[in-house]
Parts: sequence; structure tokens; C-alpha cells
Amino acid sequence: MNGDLSVIISGFGGQGALFAGILLCHAAVVEGKHTTWFPSYGAEMRGGAVNCCVNISDYDVPSPIIDKADVVIALNDASQEKFESKVKSGGFMIINSSLSHLQTKRTDINYIKIPLNELAQKLIQPAFVNVIALGAFLEKTKILKIESVKQVMKEMAKTVSAKKAALLPNNLECIDFGASIISQRMVTV
Amino acid sequence: MAKVLVKGNEAIAQAAINAGCRCYFGYPITPQSEIGEYMGKHLPPMGRVFITAESELASVNMLIGAGTTGTKAMTSSSSCGIALMQEAFSAMCCAQVPGVIVSVMRGGPGLGNIAPAQGDYFQALKGGGNGDYKIIVLSPSTVQEAIDLTYRAFHLALKYRNPVMLLADGVLGQMMEPAEFGEYPYKDPDVTQWALDGADNREPRNIVSLHMPEGEMEMLTNKIFEKYEQIAKNETTYEDYLLSDAKLVLTAFGSVARVAKAAVKKARDNGMKVGLFRPVTLFPFPDKDLHETAVKTDMILDVELNKGQMLLDVRSAVFGACPVEFYGRPAGGLLTPDMIYKKITELYSKLENTEAGVK
Amino acid sequence: METLVYKRPESLLKDGHFTFCPGCGHGVVLRIIAELIDEFNLQKDTIAISSVGCSIFLEKFFNLDVAGASHGRSPCVATGVKRCKPDKFVFTYQGDGDAATIGFNETIHTACRGEHITTIMINNTNFGMTVGQASATTLVGQVTTTTPAGRKAELTGYPLHAAEIVSKCDGTAYAARVAITSTKNIIQAKKAIKKAFEAQVKGLGYGFVEVLAACPTNWHMSPVESVEHIDKVIEQVHPLGVFKDITAQENE
Repeated sequence: MNGDLSVIISGFGGQGALFAGILLCHAAVVEGKHTTWFPSYGAEMRGGAVNCCVNISDYDVPSPIIDKADVVIALNDASQEKFESKVKSGGFMIINSSLSHLQTKRTDINYIKIPLNELAQKLIQPAFVNVIALGAFLEKTKILKIESVKQVMKEMAKTVSAKKAALLPNNLECIDFGASIISQRMVTV
Repeated sequence: MAKVLVKGNEAIAQAAINAGCRCYFGYPITPQSEIGEYMGKHLPPMGRVFITAESELASVNMLIGAGTTGTKAMTSSSSCGIALMQEAFSAMCCAQVPGVIVSVMRGGPGLGNIAPAQGDYFQALKGGGNGDYKIIVLSPSTVQEAIDLTYRAFHLALKYRNPVMLLADGVLGQMMEPAEFGEYPYKDPDVTQWALDGADNREPRNIVSLHMPEGEMEMLTNKIFEKYEQIAKNETTYEDYLLSDAKLVLTAFGSVARVAKAAVKKARDNGMKVGLFRPVTLFPFPDKDLHETAVKTDMILDVELNKGQMLLDVRSAVFGACPVEFYGRPAGGLLTPDMIYKKITELYSKLENTEAGVK
Repeated sequence: METLVYKRPESLLKDGHFTFCPGCGHGVVLRIIAELIDEFNLQKDTIAISSVGCSIFLEKFFNLDVAGASHGRSPCVATGVKRCKPDKFVFTYQGDGDAATIGFNETIHTACRGEHITTIMINNTNFGMTVGQASATTLVGQVTTTTPAGRKAELTGYPLHAAEIVSKCDGTAYAARVAITSTKNIIQAKKAIKKAFEAQVKGLGYGFVEVLAACPTNWHMSPVESVEHIDKVIEQVHPLGVFKDITAQENE
């Protein structure tokens, strides 16, 4: 990939789609890149459909709103349905096959189906599907270094509650595991 | 100071704190509640004032109270909440009370929805308050500009003793991007010549908005309008993006301007001479500059997230110098770069065909 | 040799004179306030907040800093002033149309927040300045320009008892209703307003004094009849009394 990429991360409220986007954005700042994060959510506090759109670029990002994304990460079936048409031709879509059994509809994009929820069971608990997906995304696109995200996680752990900070090792394991799904070809890429 | 990743609403709140905002009065409403939450967390430990008022009516009148003492203060709200404050804006202009109001627009009319929109341009600029008055309106397009214009809002409020509105929208309020806070860059004027602090060794002062004697209100209004002329002369700001050779010029404000910018960029990449004129101050509106631009270009396309509100000011500034087209979506419908780009290509080909016909 | 027993309070403007109707209660209450500000030696530290109605022209009478407020919002303006200048003395001067009708929400919330301000509310049971329309405190049966056949409970409900309701708010330090219908009552009224001022000076909370006052012009009565009307009729509906006083507990 070149130094200019857009990604939509979508799921139901509580899956951490928005947070995955924020991690990505922070990591882009660490690497001195231009970036924008723009969320969209329903009126509900929990359980509604949420998504965010992240742009990462070597240049100024004029519009936080995009027509089509290079990559879509769909953490559930509703997200797959809503955003399958929003992937640029030649781009790809990561689908959480644990929660989506929908048929794919396009031939001009690639699909990476990962049973995120099942795989998450194998890790120290709690494990996070959003972070695993992020690891896979970064390994596939190489748009930012995994290390940058880890740095962000470590910085964040210093400012959050002790309860949340205690989950740092889980997050670090999830992101590495996500990357290994791609590098070790645990799924069809 | 390094760039940090920050959400628009929180950037505005932190910038207000840096600007020396001593008091925040507000009432929660989406999509700007983060401003109040941020202030509620940070102001009290600093010994500053935070009040969740009983309504927007109350919060804006608390702002008046703070303003009469010459204290830097702020309130924030969105669409229907700002509607409730209009009476106070008129009173503040009349009594020359400073204050900063942040308006983060959502979909309307009515309760509308919580999606981003720009339907409150008229509300901000043409006011629902009574009488002849103008509030200074600043329109940020990026999170960085939201910080810079928040600083400027506090300064202008004191400089001109007038309410200043930062007119943002749900896109800017909710989005995150890297920005730098820097230091508050202005030197504020002395308030001790007019502020209320008890008539100690001086004549008593009053800051009121009722002037019954014959001719008094007319005289005062004329005086205040002289001030508005000074504001127009000194403070008018706009962004020129690729205007010098543009045959088609887009006009847009706020977050939509950056979506338009992406479309202009794409048009330039495809050989079309297109530019963007972005008013940063909506009052004072850069009408002279826009007119000069209109004289040199073939067509203007005004793009807004509403049914055509700034359009009236654009047309008035252009004053027939070139045709003005409009493209917009109301009530929470978003525009994307491709949607604007499509409109650009449509109009641009019309321009070229007309030219070919003339030749 | 003459002894001066009656002089103009410093807190009233030397060249100011009241412009109220004959028999109106405002002048008496404004003078009481000015005398008390003198007594507390607060003239150089006071910011008065005016309201909308006959209570509006404070800057024409008081030798004090004055901030104006829109109809019903003076407790909010006072809140903003007091929070910025906590060492200053801040009071609102309102009528029943302002404090108990359009602005009662603000009154209640200011009381609940326990703002360190004082409200003096003149209750003449009608909108005086706009020539006598029914307000929230208008008595059942009272003839006004909007209730020409008398206020009917089945149509417009019952009068609002401001001082009693304000007294129920936890942030209220002092709440009372007084009248100025006799020398004795005027002395009582001054005592009550003094208590309400004390509540602010000592930082105890919100002080609220409702003053029953005559409006002979709109009541279509003579000044003397108006005073009798307050004593015999209005006090039956809006009884005099101290409904809350934590300054008393403080003094024990």
C-alpha cells in the first residue's frame, strides 16, 4: 500500500469498532502522519450499529467523509451488508465470520474471513475482537507499524483506570495474534 | 508543542480553558455534550465555575451575568438549544455584553435528528432575536481551526463587547484529528472601564437593554452599528484555495468546505480550473472579496448542508457578477467528495460548452 | 438646634426620585433595601439585578451598579455575576410576573443550587406595568384585564405561593412573606429583608422575601382601600410568615 489509506470499521455497539479506529488514529500521529476519525452511531447507548471512518495519509486530509474505503472491517453481519458496496474496487474487506454467514457479492474486491470470536476464545481472557481485527488489518496493509499501536496502548494504560490498565497485556496479545492470523496464513488471504 | 489527536468538541473546550474561560454554563444536547462534560471535569479543580443550568435560557443568562463583570465565559449548545438563547443574544448586543457561544449544528427543523447539518446559518446570522443586532460568527473547518477560532472568539468578545458565536457542526464536533493547542495568542483589552464590580470610588454603572427616552435607542443602535462597521473592516477573514485562475468557484463554510476541497482537488487533478472560497468569518461576511472573486470567475457553486442559507449572502455579495448555482442536502444528509465532484463536472462541462458556443 | 432623624440613604441616587403610581408599594421596598445596604456598608460592593415590569428602572433610583435581565432571568444573571464576583453583594429585584410567573423555574433552580444571592419579589398579584393582567399569584375571583369576570379556578387554576415553595428548596437559607401595610408591618418587612441579606453575607444560601404590595391603579382602588385589601383579602390567600430561616439556627 502507498501512504494514503481509508478504512471503515463497523460493528454493533460494544464491539469496539470506534475504539479500534481511535487506536489506529493515535498510531498514525505517532508516525507523524495526517489522519482523521469520524464516527457514526445510532441514538442508543449500547447495541446499536456504529462505525467510524479513518483516513491515514502522508498529506493533509481534506475530507473526513469518504465515498469508498480501501478497506472495510465488518465485525458483524449487519456491517457486512451495509458496507460491502463501500469498498473501493481492488480493495478488501475483513469479515468476522463468527457473526456473519452472509454470502459475499463482489468479485472486484478481496475478502478475508476471520472467525474472530472463536479465535478470541484461545487467548487470555478477556480478548477483544476489534483489536485482533486491527492486528490483521495492519499486517495485511502495512500502513502503520504494529509497534506504533502497541506504543499507543501502553501510553493509554497510564491514563485510564487501574481496571482498564490491567487489560494492557490482553490488548498486546490480541494485536500480535491478529497480525499472526495473516502472517501465518491461518485463514485464506 | 506537539500535535495531539483530539475530538473537535474537546478541542473547543480545552481551547476555551487555555483562553482563560472562567465560567461555563450549559445544558446537555447532542452532538455537543462532550464540551460540557469536559468543562465539568476540568473547570472545578481549577477553581473555575461550571454550572449545568436548568435550561439554555438559564445558561445564556448566566453568561450575561458573567459578561457584565468582564469575566471570560462560555456556553455551548446545538440547534434547538440555540433557538432558546436568541432573546439573550439580542439583549447582549444591545447592552454590549461580551460572551462566547458555541453552536454545534444538528439536523432540523424541530427536534430534527442528531446528524451533522448546517441548517442554523440563518439562526446564527439572521437571528431569531428582536431588533437590529449582529453577533460575530466564526466558522471552523478543521479541529485545528476550531482551537484557533475559539481563542479568537474570546478575544473578539472582549475587544468589541459583543457576543461571538463559534458555529461548528456535528462533523467537526465528533471527528478527531491531530492538532496543536499552542498558547492563547491575544492580549485582551482592559475591562475595568466598564465592567460591574460595585461602585467603589466611582459613579455607579449600569448594563441594561431598555432605553425608553425618545431617540435614545436609535442613537445607541447607530453607535453599535458603527462598531459593526469596524468589525467588518478589521476582522473579515476567508480562505482562498486555488482561486487565481478558477473558472468555477465553490463557496462553502465549516466542515462541508473540506469535503468541497477534496472535490476541488480531484477536479484539478482532472484538469478543471476549480477553486474554493471559504468564509471563515460569517459575520463579518467577506462580501467585497467574494465580489472581486465573482468578477474574475465564470460561475459560483455554493455548497451547504441545508436548503440554501449562506446562498443568500453569496448572491448578495456576487450581485450579478456571475451566475450562482446551489447544491446542498438538508436535515442530516451528508455530502461526500464524489457527490460534489459530480456536480462540479456537470457545471464545468456546461461552462465549456457555452464558451465553445460563443467562440 | 435641629436633630436630623430622617435622611436619604447613600444607596439611593441624590437626584433620583421614584416614578411609581400613588400608593404603589415599590418605593417603600426600594427604600428599605437602600437603608439596609447602607447599614451593611455594602454600597461599594453591591451589584443589583433588575428585572422586567415596574421593577425595571433600578438604575434610576439606586446609587449602585445595576445589570439588567430579560423577563424572568434575573436569578440567572445574578448567578453569573455572583459566581464571578463571590465577594460582592448581589440581589435581584423582581415582581410576581417576573419571579413567580415567567421566571419561576429560574427562581426554584437558583434556590436549589443554594446560590448566595438574595431575591426581593414584589407581589401585587398582577402584571402592573402592562396594566393589570392576571399573573400566577392572582387570587381566585380577582378581576384583572385578562379575567374581567374574576379569575376562575376551573379555567386558570389557583394562585402560586412563591415563598412557601422556595422555602422547600434545600439551598434556601431564608424565605418569608411580608407586607408593608402598616408601620409595624414595614418594620417586620425590613427585619425579613435584613435576614435574607444576612444569609448571603454569611454565605448560608439563597434568601427570598416576597413582599405583598399595593397596586391601586390596576386594582382600581384608592391607596387606603388597597392597603385594607391586602390585610383583609390577599393575606388570607398569601399569608404572612417566615417559612424557612437557617440564620436563626446559626445564631443559636
